[in-house]
Amino acid sequence: MTTLNVLKKSQKGTIIEINSDNVPLKLIEMGCLPGNVVEVLQIAPLADPIYIKVNDSFLSIRKDLAKQIQVELI
Amino acid sequence: MKPLKIALIGNPNVGKTSVFNALTGLNQHVGNYPGVTVERKTGTAHLSKDVKASIIDLPGVYSVNPSSKDEEIALNAIFDKTNKDYPDVVVIVAEVENLKRNLLLFTQVKDLGFPVVLALNMADQMQKKGISVDVPALEKALQTKIVLISARKNQGIEELKQVVLNYSSYPTRPVFDLKSIDKEYFSLLENLYPKQNPYKVWLSQTNVYPFENIGNVVSSNAFVQKSDSEIKKLQHRETIKRYQFINDILKETYSIDTSKATDIRMRFDRILTHKFWGYIIFFFVLLLIYGSIFELAAFPMDLVDGFFADLSAWTSATLPEGKLTELIADGILPGLGGVLMFVPQIAILFFIISILEETGYMSRVVFLMDRIMKPFGLSGKSVVPLVSGTACAIPAIMSARNIENPKERLITMLVTPFTTCSARIPVYIIIISLIIPKTYILGFIPLQAFVMTMMYVIGFLSALIAGMILSSIIKADRKSFFVIEMPTYKAPILKNVFLNMYEKVVSYIMGAGKIILALSVILWFLGSHGPSSTFGNAEEIITEKHITDHLTEDELADELAGYQLENSYIGIIGKGIEPVFRPLGYDWKISIAVLTSFAAREVFVGNLATLYNLGSEAEEDEAKIIDRMANEKREDGTAVYGFATGISLLLFYAFAMQCLSTVGVTKKETNSWKWTLIQMVFMTGVAYIAALIAYQLLK
Repeated sequence: MTTLNVLKKSQKGTIIEINSDNVPLKLIEMGCLPGNVVEVLQIAPLADPIYIKVNDSFLSIRKDLAKQIQVELI
Repeated sequence: MKPLKIALIGNPNVGKTSVFNALTGLNQHVGNYPGVTVERKTGTAHLSKDVKASIIDLPGVYSVNPSSKDEEIALNAIFDKTNKDYPDVVVIVAEVENLKRNLLLFTQVKDLGFPVVLALNMADQMQKKGISVDVPALEKALQTKIVLISARKNQGIEELKQVVLNYSSYPTRPVFDLKSIDKEYFSLLENLYPKQNPYKVWLSQTNVYPFENIGNVVSSNAFVQKSDSEIKKLQHRETIKRYQFINDILKETYSIDTSKATDIRMRFDRILTHKFWGYIIFFFVLLLIYGSIFELAAFPMDLVDGFFADLSAWTSATLPEGKLTELIADGILPGLGGVLMFVPQIAILFFIISILEETGYMSRVVFLMDRIMKPFGLSGKSVVPLVSGTACAIPAIMSARNIENPKERLITMLVTPFTTCSARIPVYIIIISLIIPKTYILGFIPLQAFVMTMMYVIGFLSALIAGMILSSIIKADRKSFFVIEMPTYKAPILKNVFLNMYEKVVSYIMGAGKIILALSVILWFLGSHGPSSTFGNAEEIITEKHITDHLTEDELADELAGYQLENSYIGIIGKGIEPVFRPLGYDWKISIAVLTSFAAREVFVGNLATLYNLGSEAEEDEAKIIDRMANEKREDGTAVYGFATGISLLLFYAFAMQCLSTVGVTKKETNSWKWTLIQMVFMTGVAYIAALIAYQLLK
């Protein structure tokens, strides 16, 4: 098990748990939910932010936020 | 009959604005919610021959739980029964492609008890993207009316109007059972408020919505009190449960072939967010923006300028001589010209920005630039205002409106005027040619050009540093997170682009224009009036003084203009505050020129020329004024425009807020005199200190 921020480009993972105290509700509402598959599509040139696909949503989030999301690599 | 009130709600990037534009056309109005800067967009539409509707277009939201102050204010207004925005019926605009996420918002609004119509936009794309929807089954499961529309092709809009008209017959009961989140807790809430809408009761626990008297009772009941962390967990669980509910419905009614939809996106993203080509392309986009507002706008700006100069001349020649004619011809008309002169730049900049937003490219810019701009308290999107600011701060500050985070937007607006706008160029050129020798660095780089470039660098750096300082001072309303959607690439809808452009121009003229006009009339008055003993008798005094000099008529007029400016109220103020400017190396003439150029920096050179009594000649011959300035001596025989004073002036103009149009726009855009004054005092303070240090070190 690892966290989303360490995933490399085009790696996928299943979301296991989300630290609900440090993650905004907005991210959950956009579909970042336990059980969903998240894929890293692109990492910005200076290593932050990252561009992910989850639950048919395409999002860009910073790595400090991605760190709060635990994933199981697929 | 009272008009029907309709609220348009939907996720960002689902074409909600297109639906709004299709319904209202030019009958729209953008204002602010009372007392705040949050945009409030309303319009009117005819639903049928005799039913008029007033439509409010909410900012794009993903849920009824606001993630920013802006969302909170807008949602608050439509949820509050006593507010004038409280709707009779809500239209949820959703996109067929990501229906799942769109339905989360739908179920929440529906559960609040509004009659809801679901408009599925981009229905024309369904076949191409491999999407099929069983509309009757979905209508039944969601207990709503569904209309398939394509705002882009103007399809389904008439049908939507018809469906909205019958709103009173639609069911208003909730679709989602809150007890599936936490049976015990929500049963308790229900027992406490048997007559209330259960979702309103729950939302009043989590948010700040003023639902009828719910808040007071619950907060006094220790039984239902939950800690913030517990509330948050329940909200997460609610979201999960709602998605389960939606997934179960969509399984039966909806299918999509995802491979078809993501292919185009990936192909574009591969280039536009590429670590090398992404920046190259963005660089050219910036070049296009800069070039357009700098070059393309020049011609219409000259037209406006010339037109008002002619109109002013015609007015003073035609109307009977007197104070009123003077006010109109020399005060109001030039002021109006000064307001309208910026319209071409604003129109062009917003034309380009709307296209960048509409296509979805702007989100890629944020993705590319976020890491670079973050340390300065700025957004990735701030790059556009900062670069536009090198042409002109007026449209640039307005373009900060597209930044979502309020703190980043405020900082961007406050620091943008530091960038070297085109009005500084004439001042820089004159001073640089006076104090920087025409030599070459390393034998091939012209020193004068190098200094000019450095002035641009100083402008950018000071904007960034100021951003860093401000971001540590300004407190955010709430913690904001960087979660942005990367929308699907779309061809821009020209109707949206032009309506946006039109709306920005109108809001500039009606908002900032008033302030700019008022300030410029005041400044004109101070510059063209003075005490009667000197200013009032200027003609006699000058004629008498030069009675034996045999001056030509032009020379006499120049002497008169110089004398008048010196003895006008602003000249008197300038002379009075000369001691303040003396430590910066300025004499009283420079002090007056600095003070008068508060209206606009480029006035500095012209007013100096007037003070040196060569107003009419200098207009045609720049070399003459440079020559005159070079020979200007102090009492001790040293040159007035020595190296130290020159550098001091350059720095002063680099930092000082010398532009009342910027003041007007900042007031309009921040909706606050406080921030406008802070900006003015901060910039001018930095300017004074930098000029002071430079002069004292170099003299």
